Amino acid sequence: MTPAVEIVRVARRFGNVQALAGVDLAVEPGEFFGLLGPNGAGKTTLISILAGLTRADSGEARVLGHDVVTDYRNARRLLGVVPQELVFDPFFTVRETLAIQAGYFGLRDSGDWIDELLHHLDLTAKADANMRALSGGMKRRVLVGQALVHKPPVIVLDEPTAGVDVELRQSLWSFIRKLNQDGHTIILTTHYLEEAEALCGRIAMLKAGSVVALDTKQNLLSSFAGLTVRLTAPTLPEDWRSRILREDDHSYLLSLRDYAELERLLAALRAQGTAIEELSLQEADLEQVFLRIMARAH
Amino acid sequence: MIPALGSGWLTLLYKELLRFWKVSFQTILAPVLSALLYLLIFSHVLESHVSVFDGRVRYTAFLVPGLVMMSVLQNAFANSSSSLIQSKITGNLIFVLLPPLSPLDMYAAYVLGAMVRGLAVGAGVLAVTLWFAPIALEHPLWALAFALLGSAILGTLGLIAGMWADKFDQLAAFQNFLILPLTFLSGVFYSIHSLPPFWQALSRFNPFFYMIDGFRYGFFGLSDISPASSLAVVAAFCVLLTALTLALLQRGYKLRH
Repeated sequence: MTPAVEIVRVARRFGNVQALAGVDLAVEPGEFFGLLGPNGAGKTTLISILAGLTRADSGEARVLGHDVVTDYRNARRLLGVVPQELVFDPFFTVRETLAIQAGYFGLRDSGDWIDELLHHLDLTAKADANMRALSGGMKRRVLVGQALVHKPPVIVLDEPTAGVDVELRQSLWSFIRKLNQDGHTIILTTHYLEEAEALCGRIAMLKAGSVVALDTKQNLLSSFAGLTVRLTAPTLPEDWRSRILREDDHSYLLSLRDYAELERLLAALRAQGTAIEELSLQEADLEQVFLRIMARAH
Repeated sequence: MIPALGSGWLTLLYKELLRFWKVSFQTILAPVLSALLYLLIFSHVLESHVSVFDGRVRYTAFLVPGLVMMSVLQNAFANSSSSLIQSKITGNLIFVLLPPLSPLDMYAAYVLGAMVRGLAVGAGVLAVTLWFAPIALEHPLWALAFALLGSAILGTLGLIAGMWADKFDQLAAFQNFLILPLTFLSGVFYSIHSLPPFWQALSRFNPFFYMIDGFRYGFFGLSDISPASSLAVVAAFCVLLTALTLALLQRGYKLRH
């Protein structure tokens, strides 16, 4: 089957920064795929290359088999992108914005679908409001509408819920989930790792322009089955500092192999006379997997 | 192979027209008023002092086609350049870059949008200035040809300036240090025969001179040089700029990084 998205040895450098260092990825049709990584990992550059906004120095990118450079018309027709930046055209109303975007794809008479989109995005009441009059969350939803207005089979969402309140985020995700159930391929980048964990079937993690992990969510979670311990104490023995995933004042998130190792940590704390203020064990979640992979991939 | 226009360019053209129409006080009425003020002040001060075409044409009447064409050119430039730079700076250009619009689609939509605004302002200027200086169009097709080519050239230059400029300051420099001097020194307010020989010769290197002179021929049947020569120069300039702009759009110059 032709992959929904295929990235083959894609590299891109900006000055001295290697934004992408030969990335290979394939996303199958119908997948809900997560693209995670810290700021500057190359996620947005990768999406920009896929969308034709940025040119790769080398490598190839295809959408449902259509090369994004040599067959860009077909590739772009099949792709909908929700950009990360909150951008809008201040001259137009919400409905005009969506109708114009549909027209760019050669679609006339898309009024019914625009009405449906406005309904799902909870924007019906604002259909004739100027874009300038909308809140940040509403503008974000219009961006989602613009990405969907030509009914693309592949949808890329680059941080789509930044600035959107919790209630609307939930309704947005149920709409996106429904699109995925209807057969649309979804590629998501987000800083909310719990969202990726709840939605994505397969996840790629990027760091410094390279893929450092690529697997199903279940495999990623089970491959990091160790203990994660949250500990609050005045100091941590020097030997144990290498196990820190995250440090915040005197609160440490530590990655341990098993309970025996936890015993040794407690013994070390007692030996140096450090009083534990708070201790809790956490089950492995995607955030911890993410932190461990990023810490490992130095 | 000649690239074909896709189906999205008409919507981009519609968007460009809607954009300036929504602020028509600023984009159409204000330049009409400015041109009218030029006419009233210059004609009042210079009517009895300046003789053009050996006295066969009143100075006020001479001014009208020049002001009309100047308005066409400046507003065609302003439309495409301001639309593009605003979209670039606010980031909403992404909505034009994501769809399957080809370089030719973008060129056609932005330049035609600029032409429509330029010609709308020109028609407005003509309508109000005729009230003060009634003149006849002796060769309307010549006038139309120069108005169409002139607005296309300035719309194209606006597209180039909009692509090149990264901020409004740079666009203003392009407008104030290139477009404005070339327009003012093109014979809008005078016949080049009234200039010293050196400046006459230099004026012939200004492509705007041919646009104004040819357009004026359409009104009076009189011009500083033959209208056919002017048309050839203007058409060649238009083709050259179009080729350059299509090449820049194909490369995604300062649009796709």
